[in-house]
Amino acid sequence: MTEIAVSVKNLTVAYNNAPVIQNLNVDIKKGSRTAIVGPNGAGKSTLIKTIMKLIKPVAGQSFIGGSEAKSALKTVAYVPQKGEVNWDFPATVFDVVLMGRYVHKGLFKRPNQTDKNIALSALDTMKMTAYKDHQISELSGGQRQRVFLARAIAHNASIYIMDEPLQGIDITTEALIIKTMKQLQSEGKTFLVVHHNLTTVPEYFNDVILLNKEIITSGPVADVWTEGNINAAYQEKGDKEWTS
Amino acid sequence: MIEVFLVLLVTALSASLLGVFLVLNKQVMTTDALSHTILLGIVLAFFITDELRSPLLIIGAAAVGLITVYLIEFVTRSGLMKHDAATGIVFTGLFAAAVILVSRYADDVHLDIDVVLMGQVLFAPLNRIDIFGISLPYALVQLTILLMINTLFVLLFYKDLKVSSFDPVYAAAAGISTVLIHYSLMTLVSITAVTAFDAVGSILVISFFAAPAATAYLVTKRLSHMIWLTLSTAAFNSLAGCALGYFTDTSIAGSVAFISLLTFFIVFIFNSTRLLSKVYKKA
Repeated sequence: MTEIAVSVKNLTVAYNNAPVIQNLNVDIKKGSRTAIVGPNGAGKSTLIKTIMKLIKPVAGQSFIGGSEAKSALKTVAYVPQKGEVNWDFPATVFDVVLMGRYVHKGLFKRPNQTDKNIALSALDTMKMTAYKDHQISELSGGQRQRVFLARAIAHNASIYIMDEPLQGIDITTEALIIKTMKQLQSEGKTFLVVHHNLTTVPEYFNDVILLNKEIITSGPVADVWTEGNINAAYQEKGDKEWTS
Repeated sequence: MIEVFLVLLVTALSASLLGVFLVLNKQVMTTDALSHTILLGIVLAFFITDELRSPLLIIGAAAVGLITVYLIEFVTRSGLMKHDAATGIVFTGLFAAAVILVSRYADDVHLDIDVVLMGQVLFAPLNRIDIFGISLPYALVQLTILLMINTLFVLLFYKDLKVSSFDPVYAAAAGISTVLIHYSLMTLVSITAVTAFDAVGSILVISFFAAPAATAYLVTKRLSHMIWLTLSTAAFNSLAGCALGYFTDTSIAGSVAFISLLTFFIVFIFNSTRLLSKVYKKA
């Protein structure tokens, strides 16, 4: 029996009474690289935001490491979509990565030298040390995503939940992110990633959840990543999202 | 004259410090909303006391100030509209309610914001209080206390304020109570604004909340630097504006607000790299 990192039971979420996801049941295995794939409006971001307890479900529960408590979120590093933050904010790359340490600091406590060293090493992992003192508004899309991942690494979480981290970035950054994911996976970390590029799913992930308001199928890529299942997820709305 | 300047200075510092976070959260016009809605508090308190000089009128103003910021937050957080639209609806609604009440029940009384909130910094030293035997302008004491509270708030919650304005989703996920932080900030904004309206007048207060922080925002790339530059700019604007008003014998509040705009434009124009880079991009 494999350990479960994140678990969702009978989950239903609605915006203004219109259900976005309905009666979801799924387990994410500890130490897996799991992709969430589905058409636009399938509820992918909604699912991870509900797991992060940023959205209240209408019904059902979500568990992190078997716990339903909000405090369990401290073991999760969340990487939002790039567009969700204020990039004109007066902060340097280093400031943002250091925010990954805030979760371990109580009220009133500031990051200390140890936290700073952890942030510096996370920057080094994402090859962003040279940009340490740059203001975040100066960064390209790929560099912004590296900063986000560096912040998640500084957080030193056991579970990484990421919303389309490979959207609109350069090939080098994409390769670096995948390499880092595999490296962290070998250290026992779990990844739950909203992914939009169907062609790279088998290469980048070992488990997949096909979602379209409900779970179409989920399991190891080798077993469930079939044309029939993919079509089943995408056919309803007719908008196949084959991107290169 | 030195007392007038001191009142201006502490008002400028306490408002502009919070203004940093209002500018970053794009909520600075909340202070403009406050300058109108507090009339409702004044009117309601007047109906209770029937007395134009009662201190209850300022308490009424402060209470409605709090209701204003909470209502705006509540509407925004419902996700139904953006902050600017919520501000527009709440503030005009509350102000209109006050106008209706005045025209229906107090048409014969001269009741407007200026009656209660003096808003004239030259008169601030006239209203005095004794502290340990030293006679000080009342406004100076009030605003110095507020400056200390605001400074303490920013020092204690610095990292929470920072991550909440930069990336609220991440902050919430990291277990920081963004809602509590934000409501606390807006509570202090409301109390500071109402107190400052009384001391120096509403337009100058809005200028203190907006101009120094906006000026610092142009040139700084770290939050801590932005805060220091905001406070320095606020102090400079007060000093230069006070001098301008004194030597040209014109309105001090007007002079300070005008100097604040001037400082902003001078920094904007001489901030060559960004200006040039923007012109370059457009070409």
